[in-house]
Amino acid sequence: MLSKRIISCLDVRDGKLAKSIKFVDTKDIGDPVEKAKEYYDDGLDELVFYDITASSDRRDIMLDVVEAVAEKVFIPFSVGGGIRSVEDANKLLWAGAEKINVNSAAVLRPELISECAHAIGDQNVVLSMDILKGKISNQLPSGYEVVINGGRKRMGIDALRWALRGEELGAGELVVNSIDADGTKQGYEINLTRMIAEAVSIPVIASGGAGKPEHLYEVLTEGKADAALIASMLHYGEYTVSGLKQWLDSKGVKVRLKY
Amino acid sequence: MRIAIVDYAAGNLRSVQRACQEVGLEAFISADPAEVLAADKVIFPGVGSAVSAVDTLHQRGLFDALLEFHQTGKPVLGICLGCQIVLEYTEEGNKDCLALIRGVVERFDFADRHFKVPHMGWNSVEIQQSHPLLQEVSSGDEFYFVHAYYVRPTDAETIIGMTDYNIEFCSILAKDNLFATQFHLEKSGKKGLSILEAFGRWDGGSHVK
Repeated sequence: MLSKRIISCLDVRDGKLAKSIKFVDTKDIGDPVEKAKEYYDDGLDELVFYDITASSDRRDIMLDVVEAVAEKVFIPFSVGGGIRSVEDANKLLWAGAEKINVNSAAVLRPELISECAHAIGDQNVVLSMDILKGKISNQLPSGYEVVINGGRKRMGIDALRWALRGEELGAGELVVNSIDADGTKQGYEINLTRMIAEAVSIPVIASGGAGKPEHLYEVLTEGKADAALIASMLHYGEYTVSGLKQWLDSKGVKVRLKY
Repeated sequence: MRIAIVDYAAGNLRSVQRACQEVGLEAFISADPAEVLAADKVIFPGVGSAVSAVDTLHQRGLFDALLEFHQTGKPVLGICLGCQIVLEYTEEGNKDCLALIRGVVERFDFADRHFKVPHMGWNSVEIQQSHPLLQEVSSGDEFYFVHAYYVRPTDAETIIGMTDYNIEFCSILAKDNLFATQFHLEKSGKKGLSILEAFGRWDGGSHVK
């Protein structure tokens, strides 16, 4: 039986861990590669790097980060942020990423998903969706709306429809990120996650809201997610990967324990 | 020692090369049949479609080179798609393969939608027979899989590991100087790297030097 995956997300700006992640020792913010290696050694199943570099001419720095990670970390990792073409995707894969992650650019131009899926394989294309709760209407039958640009811009697109469309276009996995839950530490959006996980035939990664081990348990059981994305729980040093996994195992969730 | 990673335009070979480097093995990537034949060991990785993979192997003269290399008794390691192409035949595009091991490759076909295809993620392997490359691996250890097709070897003695994903399928197979894993050992953390490290020490026989 497949294990449930624990995935961590690292935001990278100009080759450095973004300042929005407040590590205990702020002097050590610098190096995403070391953080990745630390989590890898502690049994993390997968990593996501999100490039939040503002200027496009500095994107090559991200390729260096990807290369450096690929030399030290031997688990799958994906990279997102700023991917607008097959060429962008290929560069990241060649540098060592296993998968690429598309979000806003795919909402604005859905063919980006099929182009990437065709070029690098369905299983290597992850569609990340930022979602806000809205009112059920003809336009939003699921009651959830797709937003872009980090949650700032509502698109009037139904989240469930977009998930199904993304799958049809060739996405191999979905990240369901609840903007409502993000940063609250009050738990994942269980209803949203389950609704999408039950509707699609590709793995669903739950994102946004994790603050306690119980939240991971909820979303991996009741929420039907295949994987749980966590960030601040690890980055602040509050929890460890191995500790979380042991706790989940004690609750009967199958996770990879030997590494 | 010269380890050749066979380049048949099927996936990211650099990740395999980096994993070799991590365990102290130097490996070169090559699409040249003569270079492959001159190597001491061959790694045969791959992701993607078996159809284009088999075609490319033929176009580059690597199909025959692999058969010839295997004949010499020197060690061969297949990974993922490389594990499938060593069998006789694959359902994927109805392709004849290398036939180094008897058996066929079939697609996962589940009525239960709970079991998604491709089978992707970490899953455990139950060891059926000991093997020199598995000295650091125990039954229940987990590895990273991404595949929609799976191998069905004819002879039970070639089945080294089994994995459960709605059905029980063969996830490690071996015969003589050939060893192959359905999972990506280069992306399976330290357990995966241990297999690669043992491959570096393996002479192709039933013992590690």
